[in-house]
Amino acid sequence: MARVVIRSLNKKYDEFHAVKDVNLDIRDQEFVVLVGPSGCGKTTTLRMVAGLESITSGHILIDDTVVNELPPMDRDIAMVFQNYALYPHMSVYDNMAFGLKMRKFDRSQIGTRVQEAAEILGIQDYLKRKPRQLSGGQRQRVALGRAIVRHPRVFLFDEPLSNLDAKLRVQMRVELKKLHVRLGTTAIYVTHDQVEAMTLGDRVVVMRDGWVQQVGEPLELYNQPANRFVAGFLGSPAMNFTTVRLSRENGGLWALADGIRLKLPQTAASRLAPYADREVSLGVRPEDMRVAGAADPDDLAIDALVEVVERLGSEILLDVTVGGTTMVAAVDPSVVANMHDRLRLALNPERLHFFDSATEAAI
Amino acid sequence: MSLLSAASSRAYVVRRPRGPIGRMLEDERWLGLALLAPTIILLGLFVAYPFVKGIELAVTNTTVGQPGHFVGLQNFVALWHDDIFRMAVWNTCLYTVVATTTKLALGLWLALLLNRSFRGKAFMRAFILLPFIIPTVLSTFAWKWMFDPTFSVINYVLLHLHLITVADRINWLGEPVLAMVSVIIVNVWRGVPFFAISLLAGLQTISPELHEAAAIDGARAWARFRHVTWPLLLPVTMVIMLFSVIQTFADFQLVYVLTGGGPANTTQLFATYAYQIGIGTGLLSQGAAISLAIFPILLLVVIVQLVYIRRVETV
Repeated sequence: MARVVIRSLNKKYDEFHAVKDVNLDIRDQEFVVLVGPSGCGKTTTLRMVAGLESITSGHILIDDTVVNELPPMDRDIAMVFQNYALYPHMSVYDNMAFGLKMRKFDRSQIGTRVQEAAEILGIQDYLKRKPRQLSGGQRQRVALGRAIVRHPRVFLFDEPLSNLDAKLRVQMRVELKKLHVRLGTTAIYVTHDQVEAMTLGDRVVVMRDGWVQQVGEPLELYNQPANRFVAGFLGSPAMNFTTVRLSRENGGLWALADGIRLKLPQTAASRLAPYADREVSLGVRPEDMRVAGAADPDDLAIDALVEVVERLGSEILLDVTVGGTTMVAAVDPSVVANMHDRLRLALNPERLHFFDSATEAAI
Repeated sequence: MSLLSAASSRAYVVRRPRGPIGRMLEDERWLGLALLAPTIILLGLFVAYPFVKGIELAVTNTTVGQPGHFVGLQNFVALWHDDIFRMAVWNTCLYTVVATTTKLALGLWLALLLNRSFRGKAFMRAFILLPFIIPTVLSTFAWKWMFDPTFSVINYVLLHLHLITVADRINWLGEPVLAMVSVIIVNVWRGVPFFAISLLAGLQTISPELHEAAAIDGARAWARFRHVTWPLLLPVTMVIMLFSVIQTFADFQLVYVLTGGGPANTTQLFATYAYQIGIGTGLLSQGAAISLAIFPILLLVVIVQLVYIRRVETV
């Protein structure tokens, strides 16, 4: 059980500045996910917490103790690696027991702890096998087992599910969540998969180019992204963006572009007032668009030409062009639409996102 | 297997080969034989034939210029009572055991150092191979000069460091124990690069993540070596040891150039003694018998090691 505090953390490799001024307060028992595209510094940050990477500047504290100079073994953390990093010459039992043996636990205590962890993970039957006699999912469990037998203060996960096939990944994701609820150990989890981030994290940290973009609860990030990058990174299919000009007409604020003429609701209008007569980036999530009916007002709809229809069963994804821009709309599966159809799509006025064209920050 | 070949022949045969040879090579048995032929011819000519010829010689009393006739195991009986031969057996075993273990220890140490990242790593890795690349006779002559009682650079350095005086200059190759030590030093010097580079290759197959996992698990440097590096390196180590033992056991050039087996046969090995008797003295059949006497010993060593390697690999 532990708090992890990261203060102005930096990592430089010769010319490359991998992690830039990262600040994070991770609460006791919290599950925090670091997410971002490859090269964003998330893994480097995690490795600095683990003690596998030296710190260029800044501080890492575990339970109010600065651990910057502590070797990994003295930080009381456990890490699960992407490739599992199981000792190939040891049995499953020995893999799990190794950390305890190194810490001079007595034999009976090791046995109890390994047995207990094996039961939690459902790997009691494989204890005598070697890692290479196991499937990917079983190896993953052993790697988890090796972490949990130690009862560490913090779990560190480095893309632990990325080597599993899609189905197993979903299953293990759920199990990880259950495991965290059961054990309540503070966890830091690195992934590039936004679905894992959204589903596992109590809070999610989005990183890009070494900078933290936004920290918050999953839905907070989804509904109120701090900038265009976060907005585009979270959500699948991704948010649609198009450049619009804000114009004051007939006592209201309008967003105008080729094929788009939207009257902005009052709340957005007051926020956007300083941007009148300037171009901004408009963001609309696919699920905030639907095929317009007769009742929908004209000034909240756009004309679209259907390019591709993807029927997923639970919904239909329409790849459309609006003016010159390509967009994706997720519409009701009952909608009848074909290629080259012209449609009117109604937008949810409360869920329009606007971003400064220059800074990309949310307005 | 038959299923596989049936499927593949159907998939790949586009048209029937025209010539009779082409048709014959369609048959896997003939094709296999044709592909093996070069190896069989080379091995037969340069390994099997001399070996059989050696056995044939060993059971005759052939000398240079005299065909000789069959004498049974007389040569081997003579060897059994030959004090110099017994000495050579002991020397060869000592030479092999000490040199190989030293090479392993130093090679492993070098490999672990080279496995770290530092500036000029690629250059150092190439540089380390030098003793191995230089022709043995050439480098051994250089060593002989360094061990020379009068001109020894080693003695010169020791002298000027005031560690020895002119009176007790070290006669490296002239005293029984020192001569053996010197011969072993040169063998180690020459053999370490092979160990270092091969073990380095083995080290590089070990994922760095395993070391990181062990570090987090609480293993300090020595424990990481003992519980992770060493067991994972063992199969490679065993293969290298096998090669080295065979080569060291049958070593010839080095001793021949440095001491010629002396002083008083104290550095005499199997190979040098066989040469001395067989070629030097012209007793071809006895020389052949000595050479052949290595065979059962080496065979035993090789079998033991191969069995062990198989065990390590299948665990």
